[in-house]
Amino acid sequence: MDVAAATKLGAGIAVIALAGVGIGIGNIFSALVTSIARNPSARDQVFGLGILGFALTEAVALFALLIAFLILFT
Amino acid sequence: MQGGGEPTINALGQFRLEPVGYLGSAVNFTQSNLLMVIAAALVLLLLYYGSRPRAVVPGRLQALAELAYEFPRQMAVDQIGPEGKRFFPFVFTLFFFVLMGNLLGLFPFSFTYTSHIAVTAALAVLVIVIVTIVALAEHGWTFFTYFFPSGAPVFLAPLIVPIEIISYLSRPVSLSIRLFANMVAGHVMFAVFAAFVVMMGRWHGVGMVAALGPLAVNVVLMGFELLVAALQAYVFAILTCIYLHDAVHLH
Repeated sequence: MDVAAATKLGAGIAVIALAGVGIGIGNIFSALVTSIARNPSARDQVFGLGILGFALTEAVALFALLIAFLILFT
Repeated sequence: MQGGGEPTINALGQFRLEPVGYLGSAVNFTQSNLLMVIAAALVLLLLYYGSRPRAVVPGRLQALAELAYEFPRQMAVDQIGPEGKRFFPFVFTLFFFVLMGNLLGLFPFSFTYTSHIAVTAALAVLVIVIVTIVALAEHGWTFFTYFFPSGAPVFLAPLIVPIEIISYLSRPVSLSIRLFANMVAGHVMFAVFAAFVVMMGRWHGVGMVAALGPLAVNVVLMGFELLVAALQAYVFAILTCIYLHDAVHLH
């Protein structure tokens, strides 16, 4: 296998991590929707926490995406 | 994009630092530094002109300035507690430096200084050094009990203490890489989809129509990046608040 093909494959393999991140973000928002549905008055406090959790989880996706970009473009 | 020949995607070229003018190349003053100065000046001007009218019923600019003041203040007080007022200026500065960097970077021909790991790592190291100094000043040597939560079995100490120390030291790493990776990923996506537009436009006729697809994606991405710009500034500031809370209250 030549190097160009291997780097393309490697970039593809690197973003497999996004599957886990998708599950994680889905979990966060399902919990957010459930908690707001149960107690709508808690929305303001819970929403901030949900966004914080989303941002922390999204960062993991970006670590993987960054590795893919580094493989592809450098 | 170079004219002629097969176009290639040069996604990371937008992050190259270029000195500004003749004087800039003499002292290594790059467009990154210029944007930092502009960001700082914008925040100062907003607060200066926003707080000048002192009207009871604020106008638009004053309402914006008051919102800009209240939001980080509420964040600091909510997260750190009543002592948060002491750290409010620090949180405010960090929040607006990061926010302005993210937002100014979205303008065409602009530059995102938060897309450089050197900048975000400097900010994150500043945060962690200040947090450690605050913790040492507040608690003295008892600060080191932070690395061993009270109530944990003593025989687990060889396991818990290294884990706590590693998690403490990995804070600046994750703080800086989060911001930097978000910004780089967003701007690389812009560049990649913009390159698709150019590549498709090369096949005249059907390509011109097909090029509308990635163009539309870029428009949607711009909206998403506005959200990310504000969200990452918020996350950076609120994590600083959480670390300061740990420093003031020790768990």
